[in-house]
Amino acid sequence: MKKKLVVVGNGMVGHAFLDKFVSSSAFADYAVTVFGEEPRVAYDRVYLSSYFSGKTAEDLSLVPVGFYESNGIDIRLNEKVMSIDTTAQTITTASGVSMAYDKLVLATGSYPFVPPIEGNNRDACLVYRTIEDLEAMKEAATRSKIGVVVGGGLLGLEAAKALVDLGLQTHVVEFAPRLMPVQLDNGGASMLRRKIEKLGVKIHTSKGTKIIEDGETARHKMVFNDGESLETDFILFSAGIRPRDELAKQSGIAMGARGGIVINDQCQTSAAHVYAIGECALHGGMIYGLVAPGYAMAQVVVDQLNHKPAAFAGADMSTKLKLMGVDVASIGDPHGTDEAAKSYIYENGPQEVYKKLVVSSDGKKLLGAVLVGDVDDYGNLLQLKLNDMNLPEHPDDLILPARSGSKPAFGADALPDSAQLCSCYDVSKGKIIQAIDDGATCLADVKNATKACTGCGGCTQLVTSVVNAELAKRGVEVSKAICEHFPYSRQELYHIVKVEGHKDFESVLHAHGEGHGCDICKPAIGSILGSVWNAYALDKKNIPLQDTNDRYLGNMQKDGTYSIIPRVPGGEITPDKLIVLGQVAKDYQLYTKINGGQRIVLFGAKLPDMPTIWQRLIDAGFESGQAYAKALRTVKSCVGSTWCRYGMLDSVKMAIDLENRYKGVRSPHKMKMGVSGCTRECAEAQAKDVGVIATENGWNLFVCGNGGMKPRHADLFAVDLDEATLYKYIDRFIMFYIQTAGRLERTATWLGNLEGGIDYLRQVVIEDSLGIGMHLEMQMQALVDTYQCDWQQVVDDPEKAKLFYNFVNDDAKDPEQLYVRERGQLRPATAQEKLESLAIELV
Amino acid sequence: MSEFIKICALSDLIPDAGIPALLNGKAIALFYVDGQVYALSNYDPIGQANVISRGIVGSIKGELVVASPLYKEHYSLSTGVCVEKSDATLTVYAVKVEGGDVWVA
Ligand code: SRM
Ligand SMILES: Cc1cc2nc3c(=O)[nH]c(=O)nc-3n(C[C@H](O)[C@H](O)[C@H](O)COP(=O)(O)OP(=O)(O)OC[C@H]3O[C@@H](n4cnc5c(N)ncnc54)[C@H](O)[C@@H]3O)c2cc1C
Ligand code: SF4
Ligand code: FES
Repeated sequence: MKKKLVVVGNGMVGHAFLDKFVSSSAFADYAVTVFGEEPRVAYDRVYLSSYFSGKTAEDLSLVPVGFYESNGIDIRLNEKVMSIDTTAQTITTASGVSMAYDKLVLATGSYPFVPPIEGNNRDACLVYRTIEDLEAMKEAATRSKIGVVVGGGLLGLEAAKALVDLGLQTHVVEFAPRLMPVQLDNGGASMLRRKIEKLGVKIHTSKGTKIIEDGETARHKMVFNDGESLETDFILFSAGIRPRDELAKQSGIAMGARGGIVINDQCQTSAAHVYAIGECALHGGMIYGLVAPGYAMAQVVVDQLNHKPAAFAGADMSTKLKLMGVDVASIGDPHGTDEAAKSYIYENGPQEVYKKLVVSSDGKKLLGAVLVGDVDDYGNLLQLKLNDMNLPEHPDDLILPARSGSKPAFGADALPDSAQLCSCYDVSKGKIIQAIDDGATCLADVKNATKACTGCGGCTQLVTSVVNAELAKRGVEVSKAICEHFPYSRQELYHIVKVEGHKDFESVLHAHGEGHGCDICKPAIGSILGSVWNAYALDKKNIPLQDTNDRYLGNMQKDGTYSIIPRVPGGEITPDKLIVLGQVAKDYQLYTKINGGQRIVLFGAKLPDMPTIWQRLIDAGFESGQAYAKALRTVKSCVGSTWCRYGMLDSVKMAIDLENRYKGVRSPHKMKMGVSGCTRECAEAQAKDVGVIATENGWNLFVCGNGGMKPRHADLFAVDLDEATLYKYIDRFIMFYIQTAGRLERTATWLGNLEGGIDYLRQVVIEDSLGIGMHLEMQMQALVDTYQCDWQQVVDDPEKAKLFYNFVNDDAKDPEQLYVRERGQLRPATAQEKLESLAIELV
Repeated sequence: MSEFIKICALSDLIPDAGIPALLNGKAIALFYVDGQVYALSNYDPIGQANVISRGIVGSIKGELVVASPLYKEHYSLSTGVCVEKSDATLTVYAVKVEGGDVWVA
């Protein structure tokens, strides 16, 4: 008989526990039941606010579909556990179910603390912790103009962002004299305040609320202890969290003086066989309000169930986050509570950067740090602190701008293998080295193997530098040379071509390469010449650079024939055009198929026929679909508002316009787009490099999605855009991709390797942090203005049409191209069929 | 040794690229690199189609090669031997250029 394990609470930590437990050997010995009070399985509270910028409850889910079922875990949602009998070892739920346990894990989390102010339960006075809370906020926001967040801590500022996203005029009221009083010192907090106020949020510090009553101009009036008051329609309490310990308390399990289920280093409570993990647990007098320590506790319990020694040794509370677009980080003790501690402060007013270091009295160790506005040093400083490493002689060098290049090189090598680089997934430097030894050859591989960087993303920079350093050590070519002929990356070659104005391969090779070039560098440079100058593939000097698909403007099939794929923008096609396609297919005996890109493909075109086939298609109003090129392929669209009863906007028109704008633009790899008319997403836009989805208020833009071998959902990039802004962002996005991606790197992989990730991309594209926005737009416009249909140019120029022949000296057919009739059409004969010379039809 | 046959004018060739031709009913590929003409069989023994002339020409460690457009194996222009799989070979034909014409045997 299996032993019984019961888990109470299916939040972030409760789920992490099960996730770890199922892949451990002890899982086989237990029958597991989980009770969750919420109506849904665990979801990501850390990213809760992204619900307001377009993510859905499903997006936030932490549980892969079918996870519990396929692992045979009995999960019961909407079911609150009401009591525990620790002697009989049973629990009882609200619906009266009673169940015995051999082991019990409490992961009941915490709840938002609402200060006991008179009027705190009035209409539109809410908290922020669950998806239901978000729905209530959304509803209340529709009835409100002004919103106040009570509490200027980390969560409060996060909540303020949510109110701004909901379109409210937003205020933050903080009891303490500064924002984020726990994590920041005065200097850091006032820099943060200045930056946030610039975003239109009003901050009120040193304000205690006495009462909330009827307002005159708004729903409520908040009266403060100092007699002042503030009118608002909506109040959100974010004044700290309290552990959900009521269940344990009633059951006689030991509590801390100010709440929290007391646990030891093994996460055991005072009752035998009962563990507590996550935000409900009190360890060493601390409640940890972050996920990472909860995950560590979950691991400790899993280890014990597997009879492995394990201990929770407390956790570091350092944080790095983006609050309303402002970078903020806090490490260790930033207040210098230790009397003898010394501090260093760097403040740059014009650039709004503040940094402070707190060091031990002997100047050897880092005790704490505060960074506002520029958190690049976070990774280094955190490692110094966590590993108790010695500081350099002049610790302030660590935070001073590296203008003179004098910043102490704190290399990845200096870290011990035990250094934890990614706290979200507890990935140490050692684990990264292991992943590389097991075959990972780039950052993306390491991310896949270890999950590092895939939580909050805060560790990306550090992980990147460790990965690069380790690869370099193994002599793995971190060499960026694209091949033996050029010691440069594609990105560098792009800049060389652009800046030095090279117009052909020979001149780039002459100036920067050696040998004859090859099938790697030639197409790469051919594509760059296309991206920079719109160079035409069939100009004589460019022909040797082209892959066969580009050289013959079609995809080569296995028998050496080509496919014909005319552009069908947005998938919209007239009956007349359909008839022409059908007629051409019939006349040339082409196999016809509706392909995955919402257009029609004709297979089996012989080289000598291609110019005449295209002549007929062009006469009928078609143009090249560039299905052969590293360029925009298709923009898929759904039905959209013209016909569909749910459509918010005209997705077909948008798809056609996008396709016509970006068609022919040569890029490092192919690009695909999709446009859906509403969130039902029938066009699968989130599986595309660029996805656009209509909302009530405009267009949501998604980027860097991908089908293919490693599918990746696109990231929501910006919301509710008008058309002009949408085009502006897409122009910039594509041009930036073209300029910086590696050879044959699709946007998803490119993003995976882009230092700073999606946040950095947003800075460049939306905030124009590099100041190149206009440039990118102008370059795109130049490409758009010089677009020409590849096939039109062949059809117009007899010299080019002459390039399509089977033999330079004979009109014969290719003797290897033999066909078999199947399902009413022709297909290439197999080798066997050719041998048997049966069922072969010569065309 | 078989006889040289006139195939085409030198000006029909594309520098640094290949073109297809027919020699006694056999498909061949002509390449024109650094002033020199090379003739090899056009049949890709791995991809099993007449496509070698449509591959990209280049060099690997100094040796001139063509990459098959189907699955990208490289063949030496002078010996026809496949770099990746030495048991795959293209036939190499003798070439001469006379009076602006290309002759292959
Ligand atoms: C014709 C078509 C299949 C069909 O009959 O439906 C097709 C055919 C080919 N696909 Fe595809 N893909 C087709 C839609 C897709 C889709 C679906 C879509 O676009 O919505 C995908 C997944 C979406 C995506 O790309 O993210 C797709 C993912 C791929 C991939 C994997 C790309 C990746 O990033 O992992 C390749 C390989 C590559 O490009 O390196 C590929 C490569 C190819 C090539 C070019 C392979 C080749 O070199 O021969 C095929 C060319 C056949 C030809 O002669 O045109 N095809 N291919 C579709 C043409 C659409 C069009 O009109 O342009
Ligand atoms: C807006 C927001 C932003 C945040 N940002 C960050 C961040 O950037 N970084 C970070 O590290 N942390 C962040 N956090 C904190 C993080 O979400 C928590 O640390 C984490 O959710 C704790 O996990 P848990 O499982 O202990 O609790 P929870 O996720 O709260 O899960 C507890 C679950 O138990 C259920 N439950 C309680 N009692 C019972 C019962 N008797 N019977 C059945 N079920 C019960 C509850 O309904 C709940 O579903 C944020 C939190 C919020 C709200
Ligand atoms: S995505 Fe929405 S608008 Fe488009 S077809 Fe589907 S349901 Fe209709
Ligand atoms: S630290 Fe959060 S993802 Fe690595």
